[in-house]
Amino acid sequence: MTHIELRGVQKFFGDVQVIKDMNLVIEDNEFIVMLGPSGCGKTTTLRAIAGLETIDEGDILIDGKAVQHLKAADRDIAFVFQSFSLYPHMTVYENIAFPLRATRQSKAEVDRAVRQMAEILQITPLLQRRPSALSGGDMQRVAIGRALVRSPKALLMDEPIGALDATLREEMRTEIKRLHIKQGSTTIYVTHDQVEAMALADRIVIMNEGVLQQVGTPDEVYTHPANLFVAQFVGSPVMNVAEARITEEKDEARVFMPGAEHGFPFPRKLIALLEAGKASPDAISLGVRPEGVLVEREKREGYLPVEAHIIEPLGSHDIVDLQIGDRFLRARTKSGFVPRPGEQVWARIDPAQAHFFDTRSGNSLGVRL
Amino acid sequence: MAAVQTSRQRLANRLAIAAVIVVTLIFLAPIYWIGSTAFKPRALATTVPPTVLFQPEITPFIKLFTKRVQLTRPVEEEVYEAAPWWERRIYDGGERVLRVGDSVQLSGYPDRFKNSLIVAVTSTLLAVSMGTLTAYGFSRFRVPGEQDWLFFILSTRMLPPVVVAIPMFLMYRAVGMTDTHIGLIILYTAFNLSFSVWLMKGFIDEIPKEYEEAALVDGYTRMQAFFKIVLPEATTGIAATAVFCFITAWNEYAFALMLTNRDAQTAPPFIPAQVGSGLTDWTAIAAGTFLFLLPVAIFTFLLRNHLLRGMSFGAIRK
Repeated sequence: MTHIELRGVQKFFGDVQVIKDMNLVIEDNEFIVMLGPSGCGKTTTLRAIAGLETIDEGDILIDGKAVQHLKAADRDIAFVFQSFSLYPHMTVYENIAFPLRATRQSKAEVDRAVRQMAEILQITPLLQRRPSALSGGDMQRVAIGRALVRSPKALLMDEPIGALDATLREEMRTEIKRLHIKQGSTTIYVTHDQVEAMALADRIVIMNEGVLQQVGTPDEVYTHPANLFVAQFVGSPVMNVAEARITEEKDEARVFMPGAEHGFPFPRKLIALLEAGKASPDAISLGVRPEGVLVEREKREGYLPVEAHIIEPLGSHDIVDLQIGDRFLRARTKSGFVPRPGEQVWARIDPAQAHFFDTRSGNSLGVRL
Repeated sequence: MAAVQTSRQRLANRLAIAAVIVVTLIFLAPIYWIGSTAFKPRALATTVPPTVLFQPEITPFIKLFTKRVQLTRPVEEEVYEAAPWWERRIYDGGERVLRVGDSVQLSGYPDRFKNSLIVAVTSTLLAVSMGTLTAYGFSRFRVPGEQDWLFFILSTRMLPPVVVAIPMFLMYRAVGMTDTHIGLIILYTAFNLSFSVWLMKGFIDEIPKEYEEAALVDGYTRMQAFFKIVLPEATTGIAATAVFCFITAWNEYAFALMLTNRDAQTAPPFIPAQVGSGLTDWTAIAAGTFLFLLPVAIFTFLLRNHLLRGMSFGAIRK
């Protein structure tokens, strides 16, 4: 049972604040992914939990006990580095046995634990090799083995598969997930790859410039981003965002893209919801993911005429740039649905998939239609 | 085009190899000279042009290790016959070996050689271990004024050592450290330390700090991480640094000449001083020099693999 909590954690590097008032609770057996662009403070947070970095203010609690003054060795936490950091002068066996040798275990116990770990990770044939003779994937398996062999309270991973090539990365991602399901240890995983985060996490913690932006399940983060940063960082292709003008008609609301003649129809309650969200009418941004832009080849009720510009055929689907007003909306369509660039098609925005943000603060206005 | 390139490259290669051979020969020439002189009969040592082909003999080494005086009159037949083979060589050269009672009096060479070993080995161990620890500190921790400290450490090497010879001599005399092992060891350690710190810092900077961090989270103290992870990773650098420190301490002449005269004297000031009983005996001096070269040669040979990697450090990613 491991429960990790951060309370009001602050960290400075000189004058630069890299962690700003961080509060976070991680439950037992949870797989948490910290996601953010490079330099957002996610790795520093991870290193602070491990005890590799001091913090300037706040508390880090493991199982209710403040550990910020404890040395890394006394926190019983394992760490997997991006560079794997396998000791080059030791064999794979010695690498995995190394954490156990710090404890007073008998040779037989160490041997049993190492072999069992090797069995789980399917690296038994490699035990006598040196790290330099391993493939990237195997290095990663050994690094995870070394981390898990002493059954630590929590496993921290800093972009553990970032150094691998794309195919291997996908394979290892599945393997890490499988291992977590099997071993079930509290895991904090740092990455800047949102696909990795969505695939692995029980909950995603999104950070930017040292500030925690949103904590939630992959689904929550994707469907209800807390602000523009999260909205545009999570999801590929990136969410369409544009400043929007909203007018009230007799039985519906209309949302105008910049420079557009016509507005997209929305349910009338949008007006009330925006007011409830304390939106200032001149600073509302509309966000919609490409799959929230519905495209038809013939005119239909509520659809606006748009011109297709660029078509990116991605095999399973196409991404089409549609011009409306002075902006482009990226839409996701079936393959070949829009045959040629330059074609006129009709589009509308699915109100259920639309997001509204305060343009100035970037925060979500909490509108759910 | 490609063919032109290759033939040009081949020519460049050959030129490079030729240059290497020429330079190597230039460097090896004095060693050959010393080596051959050490096995020459005394009469051939100073001939011009030098004698290349000769019957090698061991007499210079016998002279090197014994105390001798010149014979005033020819040795008696029965004494000569009764003498062991090596003593007859001395008689042949018109000298006799000094004895106290029955035992042969040894020259000062073995003791001086021993002094050299004690001083060079100890000061190398000290300079390398202190240098490694200091370099580790500079490499891994935030040291206030780090650049200034490092510059200060390096600056101790910026003036020619002979400038401090007189003050050093007076200081050593004042504290009674002239002609002591510890005196020379301190001096050589201090002299090598700056070099050792700078070289080791370069090597330790190359070792990713994640290795230690991995050990730290795996339950080890920083000290344990240093000994179990950093030291094994730094062996190349340590070997290279040790060779350089050892060579400096082993070959040092000026301070050894000035600060020692008997008990702690090292081989370098002693070897040229042994002039034999008559004229300067170049064969014995060459023999002394030849033996003196061996420890450095052996030490370097043993560490040659580390040394080659050490010299190209930074150029190759491990």
